[in-house]
Amino acid sequence: MSTQANRRNWGARLVVLLPYLWLVIFFLVPFVIVLKISLSQTALALPPYVPVFDLAAGWAGLMEFTTQLSVDSFRLLSSDAIYLFSYFKSLQIAAISTILLLAIGYPIAYGMARAPRAWQPLLVMAVVLPFWTSFLIRIYAWINILQRDGLLNDVLMRLHVIDTPAAWLSSDTAIYIGVVYSYLPFMVLPLYAALERMDESLLEAAADLGCPRWKTFWLVTLPLSLPGVAAGALLCFIPIVGEFVIPDLLGGSETMMIGQTLWTEFFSNRDWPVASAIAVSLLVLLLLPILFYERFQQRALEGGQ
Amino acid sequence: MADGGDAAQEKAASEKPPLVRFEAVTKRFGTVAAIEALSLDIAQGEFFALLGPSGCGKTTLLRMLAGFETPTEGRILLDGEDIGAVQPHERPVNMMFQSYALFPHLTVEGNISFGLRQENATRAEISERVAEMLALVRLQGFGERRIGQLSGGQRQRVALARSLIKRPRVLLLDEPLAALDKKLRAETQFELMELQRRLATTFVIVTHDQEEAMIVADRIAVMNHGRVMQVAPPPEIYERPNSRWVADFIGEATIVEGRISASGTMDSALGQLRVANTGGARSGDTVWLALRPEKIGVSSERLAGELNTVPGTVSEIGYRGDISIYKVRLADRSLMKVALANVGARGRALFKADDLVWVSWPPDAGVVLYS
Repeated sequence: MSTQANRRNWGARLVVLLPYLWLVIFFLVPFVIVLKISLSQTALALPPYVPVFDLAAGWAGLMEFTTQLSVDSFRLLSSDAIYLFSYFKSLQIAAISTILLLAIGYPIAYGMARAPRAWQPLLVMAVVLPFWTSFLIRIYAWINILQRDGLLNDVLMRLHVIDTPAAWLSSDTAIYIGVVYSYLPFMVLPLYAALERMDESLLEAAADLGCPRWKTFWLVTLPLSLPGVAAGALLCFIPIVGEFVIPDLLGGSETMMIGQTLWTEFFSNRDWPVASAIAVSLLVLLLLPILFYERFQQRALEGGQ
Repeated sequence: MADGGDAAQEKAASEKPPLVRFEAVTKRFGTVAAIEALSLDIAQGEFFALLGPSGCGKTTLLRMLAGFETPTEGRILLDGEDIGAVQPHERPVNMMFQSYALFPHLTVEGNISFGLRQENATRAEISERVAEMLALVRLQGFGERRIGQLSGGQRQRVALARSLIKRPRVLLLDEPLAALDKKLRAETQFELMELQRRLATTFVIVTHDQEEAMIVADRIAVMNHGRVMQVAPPPEIYERPNSRWVADFIGEATIVEGRISASGTMDSALGQLRVANTGGARSGDTVWLALRPEKIGVSSERLAGELNTVPGTVSEIGYRGDISIYKVRLADRSLMKVALANVGARGRALFKADDLVWVSWPPDAGVVLYS
């Protein structure tokens, strides 16, 4: 009887342990490796950094290994304007894109949530549909649209909005277009989920108490959809900060987002320690909004109970 | 409508125009008619109940009064004015929703003051009225609580306070007590009545619970299939139903079919029955006699006197504590429901199943119905 209970206990523990095991193997261990590389020095060797951790060297080897670690790469990051500018650029693009995404995504999600019930699965489908085409192909399609003799200039000139073809590609505008286009589903879906489950009788109650429709939106709908706004904003903001493909393909060469800088350090300069330091700093930087979101959710949960 | 009290009320109603008047109102959703050519008057200060089975249109009627639905045909008058075109947020009526529809992101105070804030009331006025409302529903000290921290009964009172703070001409209550447990519901019914009397506000309540409607309301409109079957004070609805449907829907009733004879009695499968009042039915008319279970007596011997007596066998007994329901199988195989108070302290049944008994009732116990 008791052995059976014990076995069940072990089973339960294993189930709880699995996600932690997953995190340790696929997140913590790689992170520690990256962290270790960020504390190393570049070297013309394979791998291209020292010191290399060698268990065979024993205790003395370990001591020597620790003394060779340094924060030089991090010092470089904070002193060289290129990196700071890269970080700033990434945060700026992510912040502005997130605001644009909210401005475009909210009306879409609102319209979806207010559409007849029967249409809603179809509308959700329409939002998700772009995922069925490869992300890269979609970005290449934007190159086609935005280039000098592309579709956009064609249409604008035919409509006599502009007389000479404008340069869309290789600019921040192109990055914003690409980012907003690519991340829209990630903004719309959490917003839709928040708006869709809102009790319609709350809107009727507000109307009943003397609230015109536009005011009901500000006093009831918007505050109640804030968890969806937070989820959507984070779901977009965090990956956009680290975005590499979109700025690389659509953006100009004079501005670099942090993802591009990292790529350059790693592949062009073969400076693994600096590349790793960039990655570690980025993670720490992004941890702040995530922690903020966690706090927000915690409070929302407590308030809603 | 021959009753004296009712005539007085009719007279009082005719002296001043009703507060709410439905004039031949029809509401169709697509091709389905939820309300059909319904006319109804509700007087100022009345506690009025809309009672009926689910899907009878009572909630639609209430929502039309609140402005959430517009009539397909007909007019709704409030104080003699057509309110058909008035938006919900501009109507001087407030509603207490079935699910309460409290704003989860606001505190108790935020919820209660919501209506006043839409009228640009001053800060001092708002806090004064909120305090007054909190006292009214006995929630002093709860103003800062979040809705999530309240019990069901407390939420119900917040919803009530929120719908009363604007001092509406009519308060609409959509199944206001349905979410409460039985004991709390019974207490709250009396609180609602007291509140209504104190505020002298017109209350219109929608309920499917006939006991609730009987207890709280001054008048009840019994509805079925989008029509009003009968409008009357609760005792009249119960004692003088105007149709078999109402007699059967409200409380319990045994209905006996028969024909009025030349001598003014009623010929039925149970024999010749004496009735006190044929209500204008002429000889040869087919009528139905509705008998309430508590107005019928059961005895082991045949009773003498001016009574209708019919033999039968006890078929089933349902013990309910205060009373027991006896189902008595009569000579024509029909069942008659009889309620007997369990006055003996031991809880011993007066009769057993399969006992041969006589059921009897005085001529004035039943109601003669034509439809």
